[in-house]
Amino acid sequence: MTTLAHIRITPSETLLNGKVISNSNISGIYREFIGDYPKFFKMDSLCKLGFIAAELILKGQTPEQKENASIILFNRNGSLITDRNYQKTIADDNYFPSPALFVYTLANIVTGEIAIRHKIYGESSFYVLSHQDDEMMLDVVKNAYLTSPPSFILTGWVDYEDEGNYLADIKLVTK
Amino acid sequence: MGRVMITKIADNIISPLGCTSEENFRAVLAGETELKKQEDTFGLPESFCASLFNRDNINKQLDCELGHVDNLTFFEKLCVLSAKKAIEECNLSPRETNVIFILSTTKGNVECLEDSLSDQRCYLAESAIKIAKYFGNNNSPLVVSNACISGVCAQITAIRELLSGKYRYAVVIGGDVLSKFIVSGFQSFKALSPELCKPYDKDRIGLNLGEAVGTMILKAGKPSNEGDWRYVASSIHNDANHISGPSRTGEGSFRVLSDILKDISVDEIGFVNVHGTSTAYNDEMESIALHRVNLDDVPINGLKGYYGHTLGAAGIIETILSMKAIENGVILPTKGFETIGTSYNVNISNQLRNTDKPAFVKILSGFGGSNAGISYQKGGKA
Repeated sequence: MTTLAHIRITPSETLLNGKVISNSNISGIYREFIGDYPKFFKMDSLCKLGFIAAELILKGQTPEQKENASIILFNRNGSLITDRNYQKTIADDNYFPSPALFVYTLANIVTGEIAIRHKIYGESSFYVLSHQDDEMMLDVVKNAYLTSPPSFILTGWVDYEDEGNYLADIKLVTK
Repeated sequence: MGRVMITKIADNIISPLGCTSEENFRAVLAGETELKKQEDTFGLPESFCASLFNRDNINKQLDCELGHVDNLTFFEKLCVLSAKKAIEECNLSPRETNVIFILSTTKGNVECLEDSLSDQRCYLAESAIKIAKYFGNNNSPLVVSNACISGVCAQITAIRELLSGKYRYAVVIGGDVLSKFIVSGFQSFKALSPELCKPYDKDRIGLNLGEAVGTMILKAGKPSNEGDWRYVASSIHNDANHISGPSRTGEGSFRVLSDILKDISVDEIGFVNVHGTSTAYNDEMESIALHRVNLDDVPINGLKGYYGHTLGAAGIIETILSMKAIENGVILPTKGFETIGTSYNVNISNQLRNTDKPAFVKILSGFGGSNAGISYQKGGKA
């Protein structure tokens, strides 16, 4: 596999291809580098994290390349951050379930948000693992070429636990 | 093609209609369903129509067949029982290093959040590890969490692992159990029908939810029997359109079907088993996608009228029932359908029809703009 680009976002710093480009949090990065996508504010934290990572790493890819790309992401927490928030809205004494929140109780929504923004019509897949198992993730990504080969794959780890603990560690790779 | 062949060697369905694939197939043939109005269930203020396990009966059966497995949740026990039945059917040694477990689920043990918001049982990978460990398997399992298309994606993931040569056998388990969390969410979306669902019908007003688990065991290698099922083609595509609404042009589903039709001739396809949730948008979108690939005349059917939408299980159990149907030379009726209610006049029926074709296509679509499809063929030349 060849790595075309690499982004790593933590609460303290954001590195693009190994170079620190920001020390802001997720919303700060949105304001610094993006700023033109109001739908961002409707997203849950996992989607915001995946979205900004994709924005920064997909710069330079043409619409033609993006159309046939794949998105294959992994994490440990799934959508638990939003699951917990949604659970609070269905307590017996405080019952007001919201569809706008419920839709984010699926981890693969982050792949959909990225696909919508970048018009990526290829595969979108989300896997939940017990930890960031690089070997297993690489196998899954390599194996994706065994059925329908994409132009490139946006892949990696995108996990949001709380505002002090999150990690996007995402690459663009080709065979 | 010179590549490795993938064969299905065992399967199981546990649902309110039965505890084996055969029992489920016979129940569907007889037109049975456990879909019904559920009142005062899961502490929900509103009633809903769903197909639920009778908790007393199924728990007795789980205890009887699995013994005391106190460390497993209800959801995990169901997955284990389904996998156990499939494993026994093909005499697989599940602890071998050439076996991988793959779990398809949308929400796993999410109901445990009611006990505690930090409940460790809500981590999906922990469920998969416990299920694999029950069988003595120490390989890291994969959890596919792709909303409603997870069941087909889990099969595709398994097939890729087998094609890569790393594993010889894949135990693919799909399941979800319903809870206040899931039902309230679908209710808030106004996606549920208060009555029995009516896939593709002009009067369809929404979906029913259902509970089930299913298992398919796939093997890398040639079929040993003439009638065995082999994998033909698969595809996953995003609509790139909306996170909770299907594409108006059926773009992702169209691309999925287009990919699959590159590897199989329409003449071989007995039917397309559709997602057919019975929501206005899903069924309309599918009819557009089917029309765009010129499948208007190929028979299609949907099984949600028997089971409701079984979420992580749907792709698995609907694939197994489609195999059973081809084996018996039939196209299962689309229960609940009466009068076509989609823009394109697809070939759907509520009657049992015959087919002598050896293959079928299964398609699914779901939240996140995701679409997937897979095709299997029985016997025939490789």
